[in-house]
Amino acid sequence: MLGHLNLLLLIILLVSALWTVLTRSLIRSAIGLALTSAVLAVIIFRLGSPLAAVCELSVCAGLIPVLFVSTISLTHPRTQAEKLEHRRGRLKRFIFLPFVALGLGLFLSLMKLPLNIPSPLAQRVYDVREVIWNMRSLDLIGQVIIFLAGVFGVVILLKEIKSHE
Amino acid sequence: MFSLLIFVPLFIVMLINMPFGGIRKSAYILAFLLALAQIVFTLLAFFTPLSPLSSGRQDILGNFFNFRIGVDNLTLVLLFCIGLTLLVTLLTGREVVVDQRQRFNFVNLLVIAMAGLNGIVLAQDIFTMYVFLEIAAVASYILISFQKGILALEAAFKYLILSAAASVLMLSAIALLVLVSGDTSFAIISQALRDGSGGFPVKLALGLFVCGFAIKGGIIPFHGWLPDAYTEAPAPVSIFLAGIVTKTLGLYTLIRVVTVLFGQAAYISQILLVMGILSVVFGAWMALTQNDFKRMLAYSSISQVGYIILGLACGPGWGLAGAILHILNHTVFKSLLFVNSAAVETKTGTRNMDQLAGLSDRMPVTSFTSIIASLSAAGVPPLAGFWSKLLIIIGLWQAGFKLVAVIAVLASIITLGYLLSIQRRVFWGKLGSELLNVKEAKGGIMISAVLLAAIAIGVGLAFPFIPAAMLNSLSSLLGG
Repeated sequence: MLGHLNLLLLIILLVSALWTVLTRSLIRSAIGLALTSAVLAVIIFRLGSPLAAVCELSVCAGLIPVLFVSTISLTHPRTQAEKLEHRRGRLKRFIFLPFVALGLGLFLSLMKLPLNIPSPLAQRVYDVREVIWNMRSLDLIGQVIIFLAGVFGVVILLKEIKSHE
Repeated sequence: MFSLLIFVPLFIVMLINMPFGGIRKSAYILAFLLALAQIVFTLLAFFTPLSPLSSGRQDILGNFFNFRIGVDNLTLVLLFCIGLTLLVTLLTGREVVVDQRQRFNFVNLLVIAMAGLNGIVLAQDIFTMYVFLEIAAVASYILISFQKGILALEAAFKYLILSAAASVLMLSAIALLVLVSGDTSFAIISQALRDGSGGFPVKLALGLFVCGFAIKGGIIPFHGWLPDAYTEAPAPVSIFLAGIVTKTLGLYTLIRVVTVLFGQAAYISQILLVMGILSVVFGAWMALTQNDFKRMLAYSSISQVGYIILGLACGPGWGLAGAILHILNHTVFKSLLFVNSAAVETKTGTRNMDQLAGLSDRMPVTSFTSIIASLSAAGVPPLAGFWSKLLIIIGLWQAGFKLVAVIAVLASIITLGYLLSIQRRVFWGKLGSELLNVKEAKGGIMISAVLLAAIAIGVGLAFPFIPAAMLNSLSSLLGG
């Protein structure tokens, strides 16, 4: 029963992810992202990482789609002619994807790979604060620098485009 | 004190963005001094005794923040290359990026990328390495597109998408290694792999790593993003990408993770040999067919990176020492060729070699330095590129890959062919009437070209006097 639930979650994840990238509307894409992240959060929770699941749910399923929707609401909608142009041949570009995925899946299942992935070793359970501040402090500094780079990206690529307009 | 190489760039980025009067105007000078300091610091560390290699060195910031970094000769070579490339990029950028606001953004992104690159080479933990790899990658996407040309934006997007695929592959490989070893530090993973735990998941992790790093390094058949990114990026960014970014993101990581962590098994050598020889031959072949100056150099980079992979395939010894030395040499001669292309593009307004000819009279320094770089790239003695290629060929021969060694030598002739075609089409021949008013590049571009040409000649001439023990120590890597 639980195995079926996992399978069901994975199928929902796949469908919502495909919908996110294939839908024509940016708003629907953002909603699809939220749905995908929410399903992923459930999967992470079921895998035994409740903190990571909460982060995924609050940031990836909550905050980021809100930011996307806010930004999209500031843009001008496409004209009918632009919509038609965009729609033309759109699905043709992706039609091969399900076949590639299916072929790859069949190929891997026929190969009977010795996927004896080991179970995680029994480890001491650390407090998340200790992990972030003491054990992974250099990663935390790295995250700060990535954040800085992201801010520069937004400032350079978006703010100045606005000023050109 | 090597952790300063991560913290000082971060501090400088924060400082130059403070709302103090005039501090923004100092951004360029501070970044320039930072690059210069890194070069001096690295040279001092290289020529002062490092015994044992400084993995256990006390690092005050490391102790304070409770993290560990490691330094060996490979790290020092990369740190030197990062400092040198940043210096040359800044010098060229001063002439090419003229808008003050764009130049400020450019400097910020370069310094952020520098922190990321330094973090990659200093990391002693696979996940930390990945985090810093993302810093350099994110800064690179923005650097490629910061002037917002439509083709540059497309190239950056292509790079972003393929890098995302590489990230998925690397993260999956890291997850597999954590399952096998229970930790992310190089030392513990290496020990677990030597103890023989793993089996198929370890091989799967290795395959995922090789594919991920090959995408980042633009190695054939994962090179799709590289020609567009190198060609469409602003001229100084092309220098930075070709000079150091792809080397650190793709090659350094490949050496550190695949060779040191997984050990040099025979099947790893076979995979690297195939990838290396494909890159050497097809990169050179594709370069022959290009009309765009920078695009030709981009394909040339793929080919030269192939030589580094071939050296890596030989395992510890002359081959690996040659590969590490070729990283340095490629940084020098390829940066120099991109500086030359920046000089030509700035002064003539085109990179199309069919529209250029006879520039050697008008741009004698650019012409001369491009000959030095071309000969070094083709492995002509006594320039620096000759020695590193020689070591790689000797390494291949000693390892029994004799056919590959012969193909690599023959590919050098193709290299000489396409690089001499640059000379013939751009610098030699009759000067067109529309190019009569072209003048030699000045300032930072000229200084960069002369500096890099001097290094290519100097390293080449000094090479026979380098003790064999020092060369051997190049391939003694931490954990190896």
